[in-house]
Amino acid sequence: MITPFVSAIVLVGITLSILLSAYRALRGPTIPDRVVALDNIAINLVAAIIVVSIRAQSAIYIDVALVLAILSFLGTVAAAKYLLRGTVIDGSPLHTRRPG
Amino acid sequence: MEVPYILDVLVSVLLLIGLFFLLTGTFGLLRLKDVYTRMHATSKSTTFGVVGVVLASLLYLRYLGLSSGLKEFLIVIFLFLTAPVGAHMIARAAYRVGVSLWQGGVVDDFKKWLEANQS
Repeated sequence: MITPFVSAIVLVGITLSILLSAYRALRGPTIPDRVVALDNIAINLVAAIIVVSIRAQSAIYIDVALVLAILSFLGTVAAAKYLLRGTVIDGSPLHTRRPG
Repeated sequence: MEVPYILDVLVSVLLLIGLFFLLTGTFGLLRLKDVYTRMHATSKSTTFGVVGVVLASLLYLRYLGLSSGLKEFLIVIFLFLTAPVGAHMIARAAYRVGVSLWQGGVVDDFKKWLEANQS
């Protein structure tokens, strides 16, 4: 039974990865850098939750990981639209002023 | 619960492959020069990292009879669909906002396209 040992190592590694990404999110020179770093943190969290589901031997955590993946994608798209148009929901005057 | 030795090794190897890809993506996020190359590192390798971890979870939980494995496949399909889309939207927004490329970059096709379509 080496899976509990290896999964503990993997959890520590994912935590290290999240901390290093947080450095980029805090330091990042531009706003897209921060968005990419936060997206990377969310993906790492999805992986960490799935490793926890292996350690706990429970399938409930898979739902949590799925919802977190969906929310991470929505956050990325909302940030991209906000950077591009100055608003998240379409239909405002800013959208008509700056096409593309 | 006991699992056979071959499944134990397989799950561990898949977990370590996933960790390798996740750490590679984060290393690229830290070390590369501008936002476009950083995005190129994270969106590819972290997707494969999560796929490795998800496959390990699928084998393990499916063997123990705790999960049918459909939701794990849903996570994999969702990540393969949305990671390129999200990276593309962020790259496009960054270019439009005016984030400059790294000084050593040699090719900028989108700039040529924009100049050709504006005139």
